[in-house]
Amino acid sequence: MQSLQKSGDYKGCSTGVLLKLNWYSLVAYLTTVSIIFEQYLWDGVELFYIFYRHFYRPASLPAEDVSTNSNGPKQDSLFDDDPEDLFAEATEEVSLDSPERDVLLSDGPSPAITPITPPTSVITPQSLTVPVSLQIEEEEGGDSFDIHIAVSDPEKVGEFSGTFWHLRDKQDSSGTSLSVFKQGEFSVKRRFSDFLGLHSKLASKYLHVGYIVPPAPEKSIVGMTKVKVGKEDQSSNEFVEKRRSALERYLMRTVKHPVLLKDPDVLQFLESSELPRAVSTQALSSAGLLRMVNKAADAVNKMTIKMNESDAWFEEKQQQFENLDIQLRKLHASVESLVCHRKELSVNTALFAKSAAMLGNSEDHTALSRALSQLAEVEEKIDQLHQDQANADFYLFSELLGDYVRLITAVKGVFDHRMKTWQKWQDSQMLLQKKREAEAKLQFTNKPDKLQQAKDEIKELEGKVQQGERDFEQISKTIRKEVSRFEKERVKDFKSVIIKYLESLVQTQQQLIKYWEAFLPEAKAIS
Amino acid sequence: HLPHSTHTLGTRSVSVDLNNDASLLIDIPDALCERDKVKFTVHTKTTLSAFQKPEFSVPRQHEDFIWLHDTLVETEDYAGLIIPPAPPKPDFESPREKMHKLGEGEATMTKEEYNKMKQELEAEYLAVFKKTVQVHEIFLQRLSSHAILSKDRNFQIFLEYDQDLSVRRKNAKEMFGGFFKNMVKTADEVIISGIKEVDDFFEQEKTFLLDYYSKIKDSTAKAEKMTRSHKNVADDYIHISATLNTLSADDSTFYLRLYKVEGRVASDQELKLTELLRYYMRDIQAAKDLLYRRARALADYEHSNKALDKARLKSKDVPQAEEHQQQCLQKFDKLSESGKRELTSFKGRRVVAFRKNLIEMAELEIKHAKNNVTLLQGCIDLLKSN
Repeated sequence: MQSLQKSGDYKGCSTGVLLKLNWYSLVAYLTTVSIIFEQYLWDGVELFYIFYRHFYRPASLPAEDVSTNSNGPKQDSLFDDDPEDLFAEATEEVSLDSPERDVLLSDGPSPAITPITPPTSVITPQSLTVPVSLQIEEEEGGDSFDIHIAVSDPEKVGEFSGTFWHLRDKQDSSGTSLSVFKQGEFSVKRRFSDFLGLHSKLASKYLHVGYIVPPAPEKSIVGMTKVKVGKEDQSSNEFVEKRRSALERYLMRTVKHPVLLKDPDVLQFLESSELPRAVSTQALSSAGLLRMVNKAADAVNKMTIKMNESDAWFEEKQQQFENLDIQLRKLHASVESLVCHRKELSVNTALFAKSAAMLGNSEDHTALSRALSQLAEVEEKIDQLHQDQANADFYLFSELLGDYVRLITAVKGVFDHRMKTWQKWQDSQMLLQKKREAEAKLQFTNKPDKLQQAKDEIKELEGKVQQGERDFEQISKTIRKEVSRFEKERVKDFKSVIIKYLESLVQTQQQLIKYWEAFLPEAKAIS
Repeated sequence: HLPHSTHTLGTRSVSVDLNNDASLLIDIPDALCERDKVKFTVHTKTTLSAFQKPEFSVPRQHEDFIWLHDTLVETEDYAGLIIPPAPPKPDFESPREKMHKLGEGEATMTKEEYNKMKQELEAEYLAVFKKTVQVHEIFLQRLSSHAILSKDRNFQIFLEYDQDLSVRRKNAKEMFGGFFKNMVKTADEVIISGIKEVDDFFEQEKTFLLDYYSKIKDSTAKAEKMTRSHKNVADDYIHISATLNTLSADDSTFYLRLYKVEGRVASDQELKLTELLRYYMRDIQAAKDLLYRRARALADYEHSNKALDKARLKSKDVPQAEEHQQQCLQKFDKLSESGKRELTSFKGRRVVAFRKNLIEMAELEIKHAKNNVTLLQGCIDLLKSN
């Protein structure tokens, strides 16, 4: 920590350097701490099951007669209430044979994947060779594939109460499948850290070339600790449900992305029965801290890049996203406040209901007493309504907004990468310029080797400059596509969620009508 | 702040069983609010000869009502009556505080949001205002419909005297006296609750009223909390709709209206349920006061009995003691008789008022919920068709 104290001496340094120095010493300190703690705290983290069924319907593939023993279409619901059956099957189906595992772990071009077929008492694992490049068209509109994933309730297994999440896919009701994979319901177990691992892999592969990678659900140290110590209460159940639905949304967004779906990491994640532990995703890990450091350094760098924006579209879009960010955050805050107040309302209604019941008991006029008791019952039911509504407020609306706030951060990140790409290109151009000047000078001296070296360097740099320009154009092109896709998805997403939310409000109001209409005759019966 | 005047205050929401005797009709058609002070215009229409004119109006302040109430309470003759509870002081604290907060937060909101919140607050302000006019009016109407109290001289002065009543009102010393009196009364309550009751009816009433009072007090508090939460939810909808507007989603305008309905539900609930409970809480306190006065009379009577026995033993001042005892007995009997009458009619009044209000509240809830459903459904259909 010495460097922190001496920061005053480094008066001449730029903020960036100073920041890095302080950060690195912090890293060193915390790494030691984390190494000691993390194995104990974060080991045996939750495991999830993924069940899913997918169909690919690209126009180019010939019709295959894929025989399946798939089940009929199931009800599509986020909050599914019979995970038990599938869970029971899943335990049998997940095979932990080591030879398969080794195959899966190899990063070859044709990974053998063991699909797990739906409920039958006997497991017949089949190996299938899967071509790496799948012919899935990237259509601008409409989905060329149907894949649905559902995350079921988690299960706690192990000493540290590691939770298993079941991810289950619900079959789309629409017909034929031209699956390159063995179609059916796949179930896999996944840990929360696996999800984070997937995200970090995708981010490192795609973000810097301009793809908007959906951000992973947030870690919550407090919440997870509660679950781990086996605390079974309201808030830990809520936390579990919150995480479950967040994971589901995350996976759905990821697979909806036509490019990401083709990614072998994604496929491996969805299908292989065992994944190598993603160690570098733990909160306090050294890798995690390094990421934090890099993020901080990036932030500083971003402030120093001044890009000459030649393309008005980008400037406009960036401004748009800035505004959208502000508005969504504001909306999110308001909705969170709504959830909070509605929960409060529910509590107060329950308290009033009890009080009214006591008043009814106290009342000596029989009819009035009965009416008051009825009022108490109505209010109790209304309290439950408020609670359910608060849940809808939260899970439908608030969480969606939270997701989009994070998504917009990813979008902004992509724009930043474009800036960095531009910077890199400019830097190589400047370097090329300098080298050319240096070469020109060398012409007049008698140093043939140096001259040759300079000429080689220049050739190399010219290549770099061209590559830089290509990269920049590529990323610009990708971003344009991605942004338009994102906008479409956003409108669709919001619309569907708002419709669902409004429908939940309608339901609540209709229930209210029922309750009060039932109460009215009681009130009229008072004589 | 806002000078506020209302001309048509509409039908009264919280009603009491008022005897519609046309010989003395009182209402408060108008009121003006300046800063802290509310000026009520008390309008009387009468066929009674006790009054100088058949119709007249006078301006009155809240303190005048309190004076009238206290005067009635202190009148010995009315010891056997339930004196209608004094109207509570007009309380604009809540909307004023909110208005203040709104002013501070103005910079963080859009103009539209600000205007909407301001509208809401003005509506709240108006609701408080209506409420206070209502309770003051009810107080007077209770008096006018009471066979004995309506003939009270001070009541008539209150209605008729066209000058400022402040000269008749309590001065500071008297107010302190009143404060002490309340303290003594509380001590009395403790002692007197222990007195052995001779009459079954009163024994029952006492038990009932004591229990009921504590229950209704609790219910009133909880109902208030509930309606406050409901208002908070309504406020949130304002912010949400404003932000949605800015995001230019199609559904924003509908959400806007939704907030209006949610807000209105909250204030209707408030008017019906909370006010009903609050009013009867105070009324029951007044009934309790009657019981205590009677119990005190009983205690006096018992003391006088003992004094008489002592006097007889000592053979000293016997006739005075006898007379005193007679007086006490008479007083006690009078109180018991009128008390019984009052309490019985009180129960009837209470049941009727509860019935009316519960029915109205249920009907309003149904109406608003149905409105909401239509609104929301329209909005859903619009979104789906796009």
